[in-house]
Amino acid sequence: MVERRPLLRLLAHVVMLLGVLIVAFPLYLAFVASTHSAQDIVQAPMPLLPGSHFWETYKAALFGRDVSMGSGAPVARMMWVSLVTALVITFGKITISLLSAFAIVYFRFPLKNFFFWMIFITLMLPVEVRIGPTYQVVSDLGMLNTYAGLTIPLIASATATFLFRQFFLTVPDELVEAARMDGAGPMRFLWDILLPLSKTSIAALFVIQFIYGWNQYLWPLLATTSEDMYPVVIGIKRMIAGGDAGNEWNVVMATALLAMLPPALVVVLMQKWFVKGLVDTEK
Amino acid sequence: MASISLQQVTKTYGSGKQSLQVLHGVSADIQDREFIVIVGPSGCGKSTLLRMVAGLEEISGGTISIGGRVVNDLEPSERDIAMVFQNYALYPHMSVYDNMAYGLKIARVPKDEIRTRVDKAAKILELSHLLDRKPRALSGGQRQRVAMGRAIVRQPQVFLFDEPLSNLDAKLRVQTRLEIQKLHRELGITALFVTHDQVEAMTLAERMIVMNAGRMEQFGTPEEVYNRPATTFVASFMGSPPMNLLKNAPNADFGGPAGAILGIRPEHLQIAGSGWAVQVDTIEMLGAERLVYGHLDGEHLIVRMDESLPSPALGATLHVMPRPERLHWFDSASGQRLEPGA
Repeated sequence: MVERRPLLRLLAHVVMLLGVLIVAFPLYLAFVASTHSAQDIVQAPMPLLPGSHFWETYKAALFGRDVSMGSGAPVARMMWVSLVTALVITFGKITISLLSAFAIVYFRFPLKNFFFWMIFITLMLPVEVRIGPTYQVVSDLGMLNTYAGLTIPLIASATATFLFRQFFLTVPDELVEAARMDGAGPMRFLWDILLPLSKTSIAALFVIQFIYGWNQYLWPLLATTSEDMYPVVIGIKRMIAGGDAGNEWNVVMATALLAMLPPALVVVLMQKWFVKGLVDTEK
Repeated sequence: MASISLQQVTKTYGSGKQSLQVLHGVSADIQDREFIVIVGPSGCGKSTLLRMVAGLEEISGGTISIGGRVVNDLEPSERDIAMVFQNYALYPHMSVYDNMAYGLKIARVPKDEIRTRVDKAAKILELSHLLDRKPRALSGGQRQRVAMGRAIVRQPQVFLFDEPLSNLDAKLRVQTRLEIQKLHRELGITALFVTHDQVEAMTLAERMIVMNAGRMEQFGTPEEVYNRPATTFVASFMGSPPMNLLKNAPNADFGGPAGAILGIRPEHLQIAGSGWAVQVDTIEMLGAERLVYGHLDGEHLIVRMDESLPSPALGATLHVMPRPERLHWFDSASGQRLEPGA
């Protein structure tokens, strides 16, 4: 739309401002809450301007504290657990989907279609559906409260496999043939040619999967019982012990903000690549 | 350098009832340093044949040998060949230099050697100033030259070209055609060149294989193919405009076998005061010549006229005489060439 009508422009801006307010106000409130002491924010009109307890609150959150109710475990450790989990899930998903898409597109093997459909069908079985049996398996293997237990059940990804498959199908056959003439074996072709060509798709998937891994809630809730293996999302939940009074809401809000930071950073830093990966196909 | 020998090569896709045979036993002996063009209409199996020589398609039957060595079961990279693809198939993320060097890197050629070879090829192809560019920053003609450079640096025994000129504009095509000829002379290589364009075939070939529907119709020099086409297919495919093939011609007048098809090229019909009365349907003016499309006894006929002759009117009757030494005879059932007097 290239209409230049002042009233329309004004309306557009009002709508956008409203949108920003709706999204940003809770975030602002969380930030304000994290800069006051626990007593201040439970007062009847909650303060709407930042207070002076910023460092104290964040120190308490990051390095832990003694509490009467809920969990006072250090958030720094949780952030570390979340980061490792999210990265392992992301790289695991990308590696496995890349390899399975490569196999499906470029190799002829018996029951190829059968396997393709098997992968397709797993789309209908997210973690939530198969959580019972998965828990049984992970627990029998003694993987509760380990990084392996947190990540492995979440790694297989039909979505990413499909994305790569679609991309590989657009790579011209002549390129494959040229590589064969040049004497490149299958793995060499994957590494030297296919991988550099799919780097924008990989970047887009990295963003999506990192956020997916970071925001995991239900599975870590079951698979972790010890404080030093809580991802930060679970950490927030464990801090709230029920009942309003006993909770240090300022610390909870600080933790929530800290938990939001890494995914936001990943999106901001990789935005350019992300859009490129979803929009254009560089061939 | 090497000779290539094709022995009863067949290609079948699928198996059982759904199988489709696309090559029906092609045999040809190609000598060392020969430039061979494989020409035919689309779907005749010419590209399949080339890809079988390259090792990109499995050989269903028969044998292919390069330099006396049967290559049926060898990988493309082990056959000592190089191929230039129709769409060039350059690696889009690599620079021109890396594109040309990639095969050598895999073959573990020492770095210095790679540099010398790539530089030399780049010089021949006038690509030296473009070595750092990515393929997308090149024009069509330049990409085409990079594709050839990639083939040259490997110093193969045989060059395979799969319609490498079809994506170039007309002017560039003529220029590249000349360059390929020059390259062939300088490097002294055996070359197999696939095209559907009969002008390309005539100009480039030392000998050509004319194919139709998975069969080799003729294998000979351009002169042989033009002067003594082996079948009615070759007669009508090679030459522009195509040869006139007349079923109802008065064969006896020219000493031809009864019932045979008479073939005469448009350029070998002379305007005369008497002779065949051709009804003029359409006229095409091409500059140096005029093509007159007409019919004779219900059969279509094309006559080539020099531009200096006055243009006949549409619907008029034009009298033409065929040059008797330029007549061809073909069996009306099989389409095979018949030798007069035989």
